[in-house]
Amino acid sequence: MSTPEQTAVGTAPVTEEAAATALPVLEIRDFSISFATESGNVKAVRNVDLSLAPGEIVGLAGESGSGKSTLALGACRLLRPPAVITGGSVVYRGRRVAPGGVEILELTPHELRALRWREIAIVFQSAMNALNPVLRVEAQLGDVIDAHLDLRREEKRERLDSLLDMVGIPRARLRSYPHELSGGMRQRIMIAMALATNPEVVIMDEPTTALDVVVQREILAEVAELQKELKFAVLFITHDLSLLLEIADRIAMLYGGQMVETGTAEQIHHGTAHPYTRGLLNSFPSVRGPRRQLAGIPGSPPDPRDMPPGCPFGPRCRFARPECSTVDMQLLPAEVDEPQHLTACPFVKVGETEPAPAAATASHGEVL
Amino acid sequence: MNDGAMTVNDPAASELGPIVLEAKSLFKDYRLGRGPRSTVLSAVRDVSLQLRRSAVVALVGESGSGKSTVAKLLAAQERPTSGEVLLDGEPVHNSRRRGFRAYKSEVQMVFQDPFASLNPTHRVRYPLERAVRLHRPELGRKAVADELIRLMNEVRLGPAQDLLARYPHQLSGGQRQRVSIARALAVKPRVLLADEPVSMLDVSIRLEVLDVIDQLRQRFELAVLYITHDIASARYFAGETLVMYAGEIVERGPSEDLSQRPAHPYTQLLLAAAPDPDHLGAPLDARLARGARGAGSAPTNTVGCRFSPRCPFADDHCRAESPPLRAIGEHRAAACWRLDLAAPDLVQRQREERSVALPQ
Repeated sequence: MSTPEQTAVGTAPVTEEAAATALPVLEIRDFSISFATESGNVKAVRNVDLSLAPGEIVGLAGESGSGKSTLALGACRLLRPPAVITGGSVVYRGRRVAPGGVEILELTPHELRALRWREIAIVFQSAMNALNPVLRVEAQLGDVIDAHLDLRREEKRERLDSLLDMVGIPRARLRSYPHELSGGMRQRIMIAMALATNPEVVIMDEPTTALDVVVQREILAEVAELQKELKFAVLFITHDLSLLLEIADRIAMLYGGQMVETGTAEQIHHGTAHPYTRGLLNSFPSVRGPRRQLAGIPGSPPDPRDMPPGCPFGPRCRFARPECSTVDMQLLPAEVDEPQHLTACPFVKVGETEPAPAAATASHGEVL
Repeated sequence: MNDGAMTVNDPAASELGPIVLEAKSLFKDYRLGRGPRSTVLSAVRDVSLQLRRSAVVALVGESGSGKSTVAKLLAAQERPTSGEVLLDGEPVHNSRRRGFRAYKSEVQMVFQDPFASLNPTHRVRYPLERAVRLHRPELGRKAVADELIRLMNEVRLGPAQDLLARYPHQLSGGQRQRVSIARALAVKPRVLLADEPVSMLDVSIRLEVLDVIDQLRQRFELAVLYITHDIASARYFAGETLVMYAGEIVERGPSEDLSQRPAHPYTQLLLAAAPDPDHLGAPLDARLARGARGAGSAPTNTVGCRFSPRCPFADDHCRAESPPLRAIGEHRAAACWRLDLAAPDLVQRQREERSVALPQ
């Protein structure tokens, strides 16, 4: 494949070997984003490392204000001032770009435009707001194809039909307006739109949050199927950790703009290391199995304008000790023989039981 | 029609508190469009429920199932097309303004979105003070001020003086929702209708807000209706769960039993779809998955069971006649003709209970 866009992205000739499978298709390193405000810079994302292997589903979990969407949008340079990328690198290594990859943070606007959507597509959070209410689905999907692919009319027609087939919506719905579709259908249109150009990386920002559980389950199954078939890598952003445990290969936990734990879904679930992850896992009731004692997490997420010193989770942590306010947030191996499993808490070990609640926190976390 | 359902709770009534608020066979139709082409949407069909003192009842359903409409009918914000709402056994007449205010001081609501339900131009103090002054005019200035502090403490918001002087945008979502709860409490109600009170909040703070409501329920013997789409939280938070589908209650029963042994195919589908980290990658039951296909589109059938187009067990009978809510055993009920296929073990259990009760 060689359209003008692709050659514009890479500087060296495109070779098949570029898709060295061992290297991550998207590699974010030491990435920091700040918001410039009247009262100084607010650090929204701090020194985050995150990589995405080809065909992998990586889950990015965190609460509102944890910086998860900011991180993903920042990596595509989709943030506008007052957001400023203050450091780090984001390397994209797709099959269609130069070997060694391209540094997204150094691309010119023209190169960036060629990369976006064609290589990295995004499914936005609220399909309701992301679709234009006065244009038919056909026009909106067609726009993406016109902007990023060079197809003739009949080819475009075929592409539109096959996209709708792919996400399980009747072709006749191309003539519909967004309000004529159900929430689930709208979200599927968004997914079809993201896949229209066959990208290698798809960022999904809370794609199912506004949907009912049954529809959510159905869409996730569809994403998993498409992902297996088309082999794109997914960065799946959500606040719902239980969902990630089901669908993601690896999970990264973000808290207060910093990564606090990362590992495979299995490691996060059964060898949970960081107290924040533990707290979250113990926060949502399960429908199956015996009734567990739920504890929740006392307090509220930190205000990025007023971050506590040291570990941002310290003030809400059941394991907290005086050293927490001076600790250097560094990811360390959580288990001896599991190099992929990292935690930012140097004190709490995997499997360590919770200390008896101190008098100060006794008022919180009663069982329901 | 719901006689079977009405008796469902009665055996346990001795251990439960008295009924405070009751809905009797509520119907609510909305007319869509005007003139000869207008159609009628029946948002709520034949819903009966009882809220008892000091007890939580969960109303579970997907968006568009009519659960918020039920809340509006109970809060007397909407008039039912037919059926009635009873407070302490007395029909509610809210045609007069004074009557409406009296009703409001007994029945309060907490809404889903704490960003939308608090006026951004007023400090936290304002909605609380207003509620206290309107509903308890006998209080003097000092008493009102003390009352505000007390309310803030009840919902664990502190330091009270500082937070009372803030604007909603200066609070976190969890704090804002607790202000909404405090506002509802300000009038000393006996019934709290909580419409998705935590679904807009972060996972880590949901439990604490639910816990605040639960503590208040115990202390003030509140009857609580907890409306949610999350059947798992209903299991933990409510004694009884009602499941709504397309405007009708399709199943009801004690939350634990219902969530562990669902009878109605829709309840089974809801439970199967809930994410469950302990069963990683467990596929949705193939039969139910077929039902999921129709998800999200409003049911269009007007005769027969409304779930039948999505139901793997549906037969001609289901498509022809709407099933009433019928008792299964002592405390449970489901509206399904084919429970023999959908929940054979429950039907068996009921037979055994009966044969013990009535030896032949």
